[in-house]
Amino acid sequence: MRISVQEADFDVGAELAALRQGNPQIGAVASFVGLVRDDNDGAGVAEMSLEHYPGMTEKALAEIVEAACRRWAIIDALVIHRVGRLLPSDQIVLVAVAGAHRGEAFAACAFIMDYLKTRAPFWKREVTPAGARWVDARDADDQAAARWREPGAQTD
Amino acid sequence: MLKILYFAGLRERLGQGSEELELPAGVSDVAALRDLLASRGGAWESLLTLRNLRYAVNQQMARLDSPVQAGDEIAFFPPVTGG
Repeated sequence: MRISVQEADFDVGAELAALRQGNPQIGAVASFVGLVRDDNDGAGVAEMSLEHYPGMTEKALAEIVEAACRRWAIIDALVIHRVGRLLPSDQIVLVAVAGAHRGEAFAACAFIMDYLKTRAPFWKREVTPAGARWVDARDADDQAAARWREPGAQTD
Repeated sequence: MLKILYFAGLRERLGQGSEELELPAGVSDVAALRDLLASRGGAWESLLTLRNLRYAVNQQMARLDSPVQAGDEIAFFPPVTGG
């Protein structure tokens, strides 16, 4: 498992190659890349900055990946999330999951991403023509995370 | 001592990202600490008025009734928006 919170950009091809290197049990790698869009809530976005909570953010990401490992028989997983100043089309986040088969790799990748959106302490601030603004959390993200809730699990 | 951290829009409103505070008498949970900080008035009332404010104790998500003791690191922040 690799977790990285970093300012630097990442090379998706190199990261996916490293994730599966040397393990012939891996038959599937599912990945998600999040990018900066140039519009949000009806306003143009010229740039964005991402703030995090050093220490807690890394722990929260590790806990989310560990939860995915308990739930699905995956072989390895990777989360890279950038912080600092980003421009439209820049890469923000990479989540990748390696498994024996596609089913658990797809599911675990979506789970990690949905939980990251609602539980990992990152905050986006956008620069628009009307000035800078902090991005509001979306109810749709809470709903996306809620679909993974297991029957009988404690809600929060 | 308590270490208290503020992030994102809340940090901007308060004009500071962190402070250290002697554990005040009578403060034993997150709610009591929040109320005490909010009683400073002005921007500090954001701690009561911001929608869906989140709390962490020692870098774990917490609730208003989570206990607070000397030496803890407490954080207040808006709902997260990463990814």
